[in-house]
Amino acid sequence: MRALIVDDSRAMRRIVGRILEGAGFEVLEAGDGQEALDVLEGLDSPPELSCVDWNMPVMDGFTFITEVRKRPEWRSITLMMVTTESEMDQIVRALAAGAHEYLIKPFTGEAMLEKLDLLGLLPTTTGV
Amino acid sequence: MTISPQAFTFVRELVRAESAIVLETGKEYLVESRLVPLARAGGHADVDAYVADLSKRRTPAAMKQVVEALTTNETSWFRDSDPFTALRQTVFPALAKTRSNRTLRIWAGACSSGQEPYSIIMTALDTPELAGWKIELVATDLSEEMLDRSRKGEYSQLEVNRGLPATTLVRHFERAGLNWRINQSIRERVEFRQLNLTRPFPPMGRFDIVFLRNVLIYFDLPTKRDVLKRVRQVMTSDAHLFLGAAEMTMGVDDAWERVPAGRSSVYRIREEQGTCVH
Repeated sequence: MRALIVDDSRAMRRIVGRILEGAGFEVLEAGDGQEALDVLEGLDSPPELSCVDWNMPVMDGFTFITEVRKRPEWRSITLMMVTTESEMDQIVRALAAGAHEYLIKPFTGEAMLEKLDLLGLLPTTTGV
Repeated sequence: MTISPQAFTFVRELVRAESAIVLETGKEYLVESRLVPLARAGGHADVDAYVADLSKRRTPAAMKQVVEALTTNETSWFRDSDPFTALRQTVFPALAKTRSNRTLRIWAGACSSGQEPYSIIMTALDTPELAGWKIELVATDLSEEMLDRSRKGEYSQLEVNRGLPATTLVRHFERAGLNWRINQSIRERVEFRQLNLTRPFPPMGRFDIVFLRNVLIYFDLPTKRDVLKRVRQVMTSDAHLFLGAAEMTMGVDDAWERVPAGRSSVYRIREEQGTCVH
């Protein structure tokens, strides 16, 4: 399985990348929403998962998930917002725009694995 | 004994680099209490000596242990997920067919900070067969401090990140400053009471479902046997008992049989026991 991490912080991409690699994902990275769309355009098949920050330069994460949801060929991508934005209306907006899950920074590796378990994206979905 | 500023800074930087969690000033007690067992296990006089040794050697395995000790203590919502799926898909529908009074009584026997009883109520609300039913949930714990926390129903950001689907958060919680509070409509469905499992139980009536997960592991064999025997006495004859994934009744109290429920298992009282009334 592949995952596209979209975050303008290299440190955060490294932390998320390490957790996902530990869960068996091959990791792709992008520094903002536009770069992530370019990465997706260049792939033969979409990744199973994308972890998306909200606040980024050029194109933010909310716009990115909205763009992804417009494209039927990318419908299979599971989208998870991973962000410091933690207001109720932001979570509601992200879910309404097509995000499947929402993980608020800071978080532990276990918290991310539990979210992947909820999404059925762990190799063994028998709990973590 | 308190941790030195240098040791605290080292641990804080390590945890931030590895997990993105920031241990703010004032969390020294947390670092101290979580690292004492590691310091002792490593034969160090105190946490400062342990951290000094760690900062010199920087062994990856030891660094990982420190990060885990400081980040893995939150209880999850819907912990282990499978028992809650079993509850919704198997146990609740089965009991719903046999209770004409449309009431279920549930006991959560070691409720800690409240995630388990609240997860049970949220699962009941998501079970169509129980629409309009009365759910009586008694949640007990040894610690009054934990019970107070549970009654308040307030959880930090880190705590609501653990195993709680975003849709459930939006539906059943509200913001309370920097924390999240579970809605009153859920809170008022749980009755929290202090109870010591190793002592005779106070009058509680009989239960249709008992959650007693990850607590028997802390008891010796005679205590486990005694607790399980007394739990049987407060259960209806067709009740279901949930234990932790690493716990079982076999060889402890053979009056139970293990029954598959989805990808999980529950324990039922064997019919020949005949000690319980419905």
